[in-house]
Amino acid sequence: MKKIKILPLVFAGIIIMGSSAFAKCGINSGKISVLANDFPALHAVVSTAEECAGGGVTFSKNHTAKHNEISVPALTANPAQYSVKIVANSSIVPLLNNDLIRPLNDLVAKYGQHLKKNQLITVDGKIMAIAFMANAQHLFVRKDILDQVGHDIPKTYEEVLAACKAIRDAGIMQYPFAMLSKPDWNLGEEFVNMYLGHGGVFFKPGTAEPAVNNKKGVATLKMLKALTSYSNPDFLTFNSATVAPIWEAGNLALAELWGSTGGQILDAKGSTEKITSNTLLVSAPRVGGGNIPASSLWWDGFTIARNISEKDAEASFRAMLHGISDEMVKKNNDKSVWLMDAYVPGKAAAGVFATASGGSQPYPMLPYMGILHMASSKELPDFLQGNESAEQTLADIEAAYISGAKEKGFL
Amino acid sequence: MPHRTFIYFILPSLLSMILLIAVPVFSVIVQSFFVEHEQVLIEVENCNPFKCVKSLSVDQQAGAKLRQEAPLGRFNGINTYTNRNHLAFDEVALAWMESKSLVDFGAKLLNLPFYKALLFTLTYTFIVSPFVLIFGLAIALGVNGLPKFVKGPSIFVSLLPMIVTPLIGSLILFWMIDAKGILGATLQLIFDDNNLSLKASMPLTWVMLIVYGIWHSTPFAFIVLYAGLQTVPQETLEAASIDGATRWERIRHVAVPHMVPLIIFITLMQLMDNFRVFEPIVGFSASAKATSLSWIIFNDLHGDSKLFGSAAASSIMTIIGVMILLMPVLIRSWKNFNIKLH
Repeated sequence: MKKIKILPLVFAGIIIMGSSAFAKCGINSGKISVLANDFPALHAVVSTAEECAGGGVTFSKNHTAKHNEISVPALTANPAQYSVKIVANSSIVPLLNNDLIRPLNDLVAKYGQHLKKNQLITVDGKIMAIAFMANAQHLFVRKDILDQVGHDIPKTYEEVLAACKAIRDAGIMQYPFAMLSKPDWNLGEEFVNMYLGHGGVFFKPGTAEPAVNNKKGVATLKMLKALTSYSNPDFLTFNSATVAPIWEAGNLALAELWGSTGGQILDAKGSTEKITSNTLLVSAPRVGGGNIPASSLWWDGFTIARNISEKDAEASFRAMLHGISDEMVKKNNDKSVWLMDAYVPGKAAAGVFATASGGSQPYPMLPYMGILHMASSKELPDFLQGNESAEQTLADIEAAYISGAKEKGFL
Repeated sequence: MPHRTFIYFILPSLLSMILLIAVPVFSVIVQSFFVEHEQVLIEVENCNPFKCVKSLSVDQQAGAKLRQEAPLGRFNGINTYTNRNHLAFDEVALAWMESKSLVDFGAKLLNLPFYKALLFTLTYTFIVSPFVLIFGLAIALGVNGLPKFVKGPSIFVSLLPMIVTPLIGSLILFWMIDAKGILGATLQLIFDDNNLSLKASMPLTWVMLIVYGIWHSTPFAFIVLYAGLQTVPQETLEAASIDGATRWERIRHVAVPHMVPLIIFITLMQLMDNFRVFEPIVGFSASAKATSLSWIIFNDLHGDSKLFGSAAASSIMTIIGVMILLMPVLIRSWKNFNIKLH
């Protein structure tokens, strides 16, 4: 008897859910599955897109920090394992290189007229991704400690060094500075940022040949080493997860961290009112007389897999549009620096905003950049630990890159 | 046993060995001889939220056509093995010619990733393996001498380090040896040095990894040797006692010779395992101070650009390395085997 009573309810539920999904996203059938990195801003986007599920629409998601390890094989399968892959500047490259994502021009023309021009990531005129958030590494400062030693908020890395010295000399902190200097991927990013800040170019124009062994490269390495001398001797184990708690414990005065870490550092959890209220997120400093912040700009956006049916692609695209809707931005305003109009920049976004408006460079979207990035991560510790000269390390980076690039067929 | 019966008898194990061992190894060997096709690069205009730039991009159609014609890529012979990221023949020759002294040559050699990793891998293997044997034997003898009712619990406790997953174990210890962690802070107190950090200095990082390795593997040697101790003939031990042998002499002349096959077995396993040292390097975030051959493979397969040929070459060299290491032990057991036959 009981079953009979429940059944109509279930049907009614399905119909209601189906129709509400239809109302929200305008889709009534299709298979949507999302592969994405694992941090709060992306959870907000994907969970909002999930509201489109129901009726004939099935929705599944996989948030994992290892998304890049599985994206190429998962999207190579036909039909692809995931219909949507959320990417950033660097992680879109392997998908482009293997031709695994589809151009979105037709879908944008049909459904995405409201998207802003700067959200459309185009490669050779074809829209390959829709960006929805920006990120960059920039400076975090403790205003109270800088006031104590009479320093302003540093505008250049030279001023950062001076402030660090003053803080150390005043006996406030032995190691006032930190950056993400773990030699996995993080240290390579620090090299890229600092080298861009010096106005450096990574490759000989029009080729994949490396060109980092020059004066700017040497200056970059020297600055990194000078900074790490104010960093805890454990600095070669520092990534976001290690540095954020040290900041929250009040043991740092200046740090170069991701904008997306800001929310965690500014919230009330894990820290005291004194520390959070004095923490300011400011632009990445300039360096070596350069006129742009020494940082690289990153965007996160979604792509649609090539190896899926037209119907699923359309459903996925429209669900993701719902995921990045103004409604989502209003609910999750402070989780990220959103690119959509509804976004109201808050305290946590100030650093990324200042860094971007200071004119810093986007992270190079080159097919062979990843090889150079990993080569520099691997070779830099030798220099930072004082085992060899800057020139030797730069030569090693180039040599390691050349071996890798030859194997990948770029040289 | 007739040949036919024998074949049917070993067929299942033969098949599984071919499927699970020979085929994968063979495919890795093949992979190591190939590199990717030459990429066809074209200049395109890319736009992102910040600006538009002209840059190079991979021509997908041209690439797809090449891949379809030859899915394995370009044949590269042993060039992947000899390039800078592996055996680095050219760089080693150059270093040899340019060096003024052996020390200088050694320094140049250790600047190359493969040799740097090899040095740590071998040091780790040759220090951890004997210590594991010695400590394993000591614990086995200790536990064997305990009264019966505490034996069970003490065996369980002694096995704990092996039960903990290596990666998790090293991560837990990583936080404990932090300057603010319980072990790190205690060491600072003992040595009265506020700047002492196990993570910051290379020798201390090596010591830490080696101590971790010994801690983790000793239970294996212990449990094998403890089982072996149960089979030592009591008559011989008693006879030795009556002849006036001390406890040490009984161990040295009765128990240990009895367990030689087990000791060889543990040595083999330890040499193999330790040569593949990997998890503690990741767990302790120690890659700036210590790398191993397995870590190189991991690093090649990590990040946006994966170097499959490179990783395959490193894997094959690891297998060859293990074979060289095991050679003396294998030759020895082969000789013993032959002696027993005749």
